[in-house]
Amino acid sequence: MKKSDNLIIARKKYKSRLIVGTGKYKSMSECAKAIKLSGAEIVTVAVRRVNIVDKNKPLLMDYINPKKITYLPNTAGCFTSDEALRTLRLAREIGGWKLVKLEVLGDKKTLFPDMIETLKSTKILTKEGFKVMVYCTDDPLMAKKLEDVGACAIMPLAAPIGSGLGIQNYTNIKIIRNQTKLPLIIDAGLGQASDATIAMELGCDGVLINTAIAQAKNPFQMAIAMKHAVLAGRNSYFSGRIKKQTFAEASSPTKGII
Amino acid sequence: MKKINKIKINGKFIKIKDKTTLLTLIKKLKIPIKKVAIELNQTIVNKKSLGKIKIKKNDKIEIVHFIGGG
Repeated sequence: MKKSDNLIIARKKYKSRLIVGTGKYKSMSECAKAIKLSGAEIVTVAVRRVNIVDKNKPLLMDYINPKKITYLPNTAGCFTSDEALRTLRLAREIGGWKLVKLEVLGDKKTLFPDMIETLKSTKILTKEGFKVMVYCTDDPLMAKKLEDVGACAIMPLAAPIGSGLGIQNYTNIKIIRNQTKLPLIIDAGLGQASDATIAMELGCDGVLINTAIAQAKNPFQMAIAMKHAVLAGRNSYFSGRIKKQTFAEASSPTKGII
Repeated sequence: MKKINKIKINGKFIKIKDKTTLLTLIKKLKIPIKKVAIELNQTIVNKKSLGKIKIKKNDKIEIVHFIGGG
């Protein structure tokens, strides 16, 4: 591994390879503390209506400083290209955000992405100057098409959003890893620290985790676990693991046994 | 008596005085302009021109911001 092993997205360097979501926390202060403990430098955020009735409701920006932590506006909840485009154009207007996460869902039960709408949206957004990180299926052919239309990061799901199942298709992730030079970030479906390690051991550049941290009984401990899991997986990936074999090979020398 | 217009803001109907500008309305609602984006009838409004835009009858305004999400 190189001395400075940074995650580079759209020419910007990040020390942490863990991206975390800001949803599903009990409170904003809990969310802010978990982010701090995780060491994440990028957080996903949603675009929603301002509560015009209760103006005293706390704002995310009051807890997480967008000057210190990169906000990654996400289109979670959008089911059409038009909805996603509208959301991200609004997100850009809030404060000049160009780095965005595109997520166009196709099915309410699985929350699988609609790849046709996703591809269409990636193309339009890229032309409009957005840097688009794209939530996608783990289909290598679709991943290649996203790359061809200008995606700045490929973000295949490990398993359905919030399912905590971990990576279901190692082979496809490995194939995508081999075919792309773009940052490959596992998005959705991770449940525990070892899932994040496996993602990194497969050669992914990073992982995006929300539910696994936010809904853990102790989100702070899980945030720390995920931080270490990503580092462990990254180091393991570069360390050149041993070959697998069926039979045993003694660790201690046989010579000199009494 | 001044004319009153019915408009829709973030899905809710409200009544405002005729010729109220977007800037006046947003200030009245105590919305932090720097932390939001504003749409008027599905078109994004340049925040610098809020003071020049007069809200008309049946206008639909959306004001959004960032919240926690995955």
